[in-house]
Amino acid sequence: MESIKDRVAIVGMGCTKFGEMWDQSHRDLVVDACYEAFEDAGIEPKDIQMGWYGSRETGFTGTQLASALKLEYIPISRVENFCAGGTDTFSNACYAVAAGVCDFGLAVGVEKTKDHFGGFNMFIVEPFDRTGVEWELSPASQFAQLATRYFHHYGLSYEEGKLILAKIAVKNHHNGTLNPKAHFQREITVDKAIKAPMIAYPLGLFDSCGVSDGCAAAVITRPEIAKNLKKDYILVKGLGLACGAGQSVLQPEYDFVHFPEAVAAAQAAYRQAGIQDPRKEIDVVEVHDCFTITELITYEDLGLSPRGKAPEDVEAGTFNLEGEVPVNTDGGLKCFGHPISASGLRMIYEVYKQLQGKAGERQVRDAATGLTHNIGGINGFFTGAVAIFGRSD
Amino acid sequence: MVGITSYGAYVPFWRLKKDSIQKGFPGEKAICNFDEDSISMAAAAALDCLKGVERERVDGLFFASTTSPYCEKSSASMVAMATDLRRDIATADFAHSLRSGTAALKSALDAVKAGSAKNIVIASADCRMGVPGSPFERNFGDGAGALMVGDCDVIATVEASHSVCDEILDIWRPDGDVFVRSWEPRFTTSQGYLPVVNEAVSGLLEKCRLTPKDFTKAVFYSPDGKSHIQVASKLGFDLNTQVQDPLVDVMGNAGAAMPIMLFVAALEEAKAGDRILLVSYGDGADALCFQVREPIEKLAERRGLKGHLASKKLIDDYRKYLFWRGLLPTERRVETVSFVSVPAIHRERDAILRLQGVKCCNCGTVQYPPQRVCTKCHTRDRFEPYRLSDKKANVFTFTGDYISNPTLERPIMTTTIDFEGGGRMQCYMTDCDSEEVVPDLTVEMTFRKVGFRDGIHNYAWKSMPVRG
Repeated sequence: MESIKDRVAIVGMGCTKFGEMWDQSHRDLVVDACYEAFEDAGIEPKDIQMGWYGSRETGFTGTQLASALKLEYIPISRVENFCAGGTDTFSNACYAVAAGVCDFGLAVGVEKTKDHFGGFNMFIVEPFDRTGVEWELSPASQFAQLATRYFHHYGLSYEEGKLILAKIAVKNHHNGTLNPKAHFQREITVDKAIKAPMIAYPLGLFDSCGVSDGCAAAVITRPEIAKNLKKDYILVKGLGLACGAGQSVLQPEYDFVHFPEAVAAAQAAYRQAGIQDPRKEIDVVEVHDCFTITELITYEDLGLSPRGKAPEDVEAGTFNLEGEVPVNTDGGLKCFGHPISASGLRMIYEVYKQLQGKAGERQVRDAATGLTHNIGGINGFFTGAVAIFGRSD
Repeated sequence: MVGITSYGAYVPFWRLKKDSIQKGFPGEKAICNFDEDSISMAAAAALDCLKGVERERVDGLFFASTTSPYCEKSSASMVAMATDLRRDIATADFAHSLRSGTAALKSALDAVKAGSAKNIVIASADCRMGVPGSPFERNFGDGAGALMVGDCDVIATVEASHSVCDEILDIWRPDGDVFVRSWEPRFTTSQGYLPVVNEAVSGLLEKCRLTPKDFTKAVFYSPDGKSHIQVASKLGFDLNTQVQDPLVDVMGNAGAAMPIMLFVAALEEAKAGDRILLVSYGDGADALCFQVREPIEKLAERRGLKGHLASKKLIDDYRKYLFWRGLLPTERRVETVSFVSVPAIHRERDAILRLQGVKCCNCGTVQYPPQRVCTKCHTRDRFEPYRLSDKKANVFTFTGDYISNPTLERPIMTTTIDFEGGGRMQCYMTDCDSEEVVPDLTVEMTFRKVGFRDGIHNYAWKSMPVRG
């Protein structure tokens, strides 16, 4: 199999403000994000030849995208893969461009989560059937089980574990204050995070990402076309996607302290990108912090921390904005909220800006290689997605 | 010789202090959790009764209740699934009368005697409701009793029975009503319970040519914990040495199940040679005479009534009961599954209701829910059915959900459990103290109602800390 490395370039990206956009329909969000991307790329909407519309709850079929942007009679696929939907949408666009069947592809992820009462469907049915006896569990209850086991497995007391998770929330909130597009732009304290109301033991309110609407979009093309449009196009270095087959909940051997789907996706992406030592070679990272425990475990899943050592790295500030490997420089899901299919593309937007040196107050010095990570679904049935990007020079 | 060959009971874990309903009233009543009903309790009692019995042997299942979840649909068939019985069995629903339990018992005895079945389980359960704050509410309790009837290794033979039919509107509930109605106690006791029970027992004694002192134990249905004393004394039974305590201040009046449960209580203390009188009441009375036999010494261990009574948690907040019974409105809860699919439930029924998993014939890996392709060795379609409902398990990890349904249950405990002998499952946990749930906690499985939607009562299995 060939690698995707250096075969696809991002020439334009757009991202709306994320939040409770009561007076914005998904069409409004799509128009705003995509036109920002078109202007950034220096192309017209009519230059788009194929589209991919990422949405979990905000409409089916590609015609949603066509009608919003008036893209007339082009092929558009609707893509859905839980929280990995945005990256999956982007990946599918990349494969068409790399195959040479499309010069300019548009990948869009959008969600009007707040149109649903209470926001994101508070529950996910397991395993996706509708017998009516499936247990209706909040997403928090899925990830909380890993927190319970992580504390137990590595001998962390409840207080020690809560403190580490709180520090992750504090870091992300701080980064969010530097980002005008984030839903939440305020600092919090460790104490506030620890004492917050319990959502799903042991995760509290500030261990959980917000619920919001949002849209992000990418215009992609082949590098030889990209270089005629701009100098600072960004290259796709690796794309990994891995779907669980139920192993974690069918086999007692699964330990509930890692996400095998994320590990597999990362390994695929690293192999394509030629990365041997992630901690040294990756300059900026966006991970799927739907819950603080997810971010903690992801440090290990991505090979940034050794197994069981992520808490030490959190204590040392390794992943802070000024740290060795800044993670979630834009505030993460914590501050943006999580419009499910938009989040992957929002992460790519931040990495794209970082690599172009356009991240303003959040800028990571000399950012040359960036990584995005998503994990979505339920225990045993997650889809992990990892994408790696690099500068063109 | 036909009679009882096994027994079982079920009393809910939760006990409501009567004092919390109205100050000054002593004692407690058993109340079923929001995820329990007559079907789930009958299943629990039947499973208790079936300890040490091969399920394959059972060829009949009778269900008895005045609070069947459906007016038209068998509850017996659901209990038969939960207890994982064969398909070729006789099932029947006995309903609407406080005598339903003994009616089922008498029918089972007659069936075995007539040769139309060999091993019938009767499971009787009730969760009746009285108007909030009323004496009925204080006296009623939820529970279930089960008896197996056969002609082999009989622990108590039926010697005789005598029934009286008495049409009376003393205590009743019309279709569509939630609360049991009655005429005033002066009428119901003096015109209903006292004379009719007297008539039935007198008739039985005459039929058998026995007197009260020939009996070791007299088990009476008692509507209120007091009225049975009057009729027992009048008949000539000794209150201290013979009359079974109806336990109204310990578990409450369990309706149609009460005679069965109290009979179980008597059997738990009985020895070979004892003679037991069993009396039920409701638009008449059934009186039965049993003789305890030697096989009672060799019964397998079960919780029975004693074990269930001892395992309990007290509630002193009356509102909890009101929320659990749906008597108080709650705020909108976000619904997820947009509809219930009956075909989906039907094809998954063995997995959902019997808690049947599979074991791979190639590598031996136990899997739940059943798979077509083995998760371990990827062999396709080489599995044998594997029952998980009777296996213990360990909690591998868990969480408690504090926001999904806070008035009903907070936190909602969910667990990932690993079964002894293999297999892993994610399920709700019920009847627990969230503070006591830790990794490696041992649990057992319990059959519960997980919801009522589109007119469908949905049942599934949950984990539960082993009832000590």
